[in-house]
Amino acid sequence: MDNNDLLAVEGLRVSAEEKEILRGIDLKIGKGETHVLMGPNGAGKSTLAGALMGDPRLTVTGGAARINGEDLLEMGVHERARAGLYMSFQNPVEVPGISLENFVRTALEQRSGEKVRPWAFHKEVLQVLKTLEMDESYAERDLNYGFSGGEKKKAEIFQLLLLKPSLAILDETDSGLDVDAVRTVSRGIEEFRKNQDASLLVITHNAAILEALHPDAVHILVDGRIVKNGGPELIGEIGRDGFAAYTGEEVHA
Amino acid sequence: MNGEKTQVEDVHQEFYDFRFDESDFFKVDSGLTPEIISQISDEKKDPAWMREFRQHALEVYSRMKMPDWGPSVEGLNMDNIVTYVRPNTERMNTRWEDVPDDIKETFDRLGIPQAERTSLAGVGAQYDSELVYHNVREEVARAGVIYTDIESALHGPYADLIRERFMKLVPLTDHKFAALHGAVWSGGSFVYVPKGVHVDIPLQSYFRLNAPGAGQFEHTLIIVDEGAYLHFIEGCSAPKYNVANLHAGCVELFVGRNATLRYSTIENWSKNMYNLNTKRAKVEEGGKIEWVTGSFGSHISYLYPMSILAGRGSRSEFTGVTFAGAGQILDTGCKIVHAAPDTTSYVNTRSISKSGGENIFRSAVVVEKNAENSKSAVSCQSLMVDRISRSDTVPVMDVKTNRADIGHEARIGRISNDAVFYLMSRGVTEEEARALIVSGFADNVSKELPLEYAVEMNNLIRIEMKGVIG
Repeated sequence: MDNNDLLAVEGLRVSAEEKEILRGIDLKIGKGETHVLMGPNGAGKSTLAGALMGDPRLTVTGGAARINGEDLLEMGVHERARAGLYMSFQNPVEVPGISLENFVRTALEQRSGEKVRPWAFHKEVLQVLKTLEMDESYAERDLNYGFSGGEKKKAEIFQLLLLKPSLAILDETDSGLDVDAVRTVSRGIEEFRKNQDASLLVITHNAAILEALHPDAVHILVDGRIVKNGGPELIGEIGRDGFAAYTGEEVHA
Repeated sequence: MNGEKTQVEDVHQEFYDFRFDESDFFKVDSGLTPEIISQISDEKKDPAWMREFRQHALEVYSRMKMPDWGPSVEGLNMDNIVTYVRPNTERMNTRWEDVPDDIKETFDRLGIPQAERTSLAGVGAQYDSELVYHNVREEVARAGVIYTDIESALHGPYADLIRERFMKLVPLTDHKFAALHGAVWSGGSFVYVPKGVHVDIPLQSYFRLNAPGAGQFEHTLIIVDEGAYLHFIEGCSAPKYNVANLHAGCVELFVGRNATLRYSTIENWSKNMYNLNTKRAKVEEGGKIEWVTGSFGSHISYLYPMSILAGRGSRSEFTGVTFAGAGQILDTGCKIVHAAPDTTSYVNTRSISKSGGENIFRSAVVVEKNAENSKSAVSCQSLMVDRISRSDTVPVMDVKTNRADIGHEARIGRISNDAVFYLMSRGVTEEEARALIVSGFADNVSKELPLEYAVEMNNLIRIEMKGVIG
């Protein structure tokens, strides 16, 4: 393993409900790199994200995954988060009774084992809300409770900027993002990447997001395997021709 | 995290479990005889009518049967219960310094005087059978608000007011433990809020049962006069002993025309307690009773606060959470009688069961023939933390007019694995994730409590959820 590798996935095989979805994935993401994962619906993109985060509905049947050289697959979900991994959910769960701000503060305290000073933290919260052009009332609302789809997506980006993981997986597939949410996601990515060491794996079809990304690498996932690794030029190619060249049939993004 | 659940059994609640020796306190013998009742009367310097009342109550008690329709109370042997334990102090102190040290320390550790300093209009503290401390802020007293122990009030200018109402809302014949209460009651509070007085900050009473094998039978009588407002909070706790303790208090609330009374309870009796408590409110025209209750403790509870909507347009709101863990059967709920037109009632309860704990929710909504245009909505949600716990719902409706709008909704659920995964993905442990979800589930009550109490309630949930992983 390269010392610069933040994430190293080798031969990862994953099943859901006894059906094999990922059939041997190899993927390396270095510190400070931005990668894009593309593929037709059902290829297994979200499964890869979920398996790395430790989704209990998925079973890893083979292969390895390391973060900073440590065995990711041996870790509990919260330990993966503490090791620096973050995944934005397509359908974040609604939890009444705790505000978005208090939840993130609780998470930070649990991660570090130290008290976070509420006032200093609140100032940071306001700063992030401003950056994301989100209304201040967001932070006071119960975690995702009664949020629209777009609001939930924004709240995920809000958490990303406060939790400051070393690798963020943004799984935006299949979600009809409104213009507002797209802008928030783009701003969030921009802000997140201001940290030179921050790495990003973006799963998206959204041209508006992809254009601004200038990724270091693009991976094409088809039927549980990565069939092509390349540079930003792959984005244009897929946009033009779809995945037909890789699936042997006419499949569009 | 596969489908199989593991279970870690109950943790004891260290925070509440400290205890002090009560060997030099005055106690009556255990059990119930006319002599013991008479001894209590002597101790309390009862007026003649109260002496008679107690003896009559004992007769009613002896005649009545134990309840046979709910959780078993077989473990409660009345011959072993000490009905009166007087702490070693002058009856009642109005200066905190005068309260004996061990008792003071107990309440200090429970945060009572701090609470008074910061956020309360007045505080009462009962230790075993007697109120040991009572104090009201000057500005509240100046507005004519009376907050005192019932014993003194029985001899003062409010004697008639009390005599007219004492155990009239909850008659002795209501059930066996109401009769018992009538015979052995001791301590509790009397509150009177005069016409139009709005008490902005809450009054609080704290009940602590310390002596093993004892019973606590405090009587709370509150009168909120026309157009007045009061928020009254009661908190209860006890250390755990290996013998059964009994709590059979009685709360009688009188809400005047266009008056509002909010009555909040955070109850955390130890898990050897039989909590057979009776609470009732009568609401006049345009008045409102708001019950807010969090029940965490006791071995067995029978608790159904009742609202009698006696005046036109009167209202009742009931918001409750019960949390039953290992060895607990909490039979709780509420009863509403719509006895006038245009009355409304709203019930919103949540129950949480874990480690084999059992929740039974009973609601009874009675709509009398004259209660036209009345509305009632009852919603009850249950959360099962594991597969070995139980939850039952027993709704009863007795509607005698067809011009009323009555609804009932019950739901039962488990903690979703998706939610646990989501929260954990942000770095919180599984235990914390579950505690967050359970606290959120109980937020119907925590939202209604003053901040410090909401925090205490969430802490209780956190303690209860300790070691519980799926």
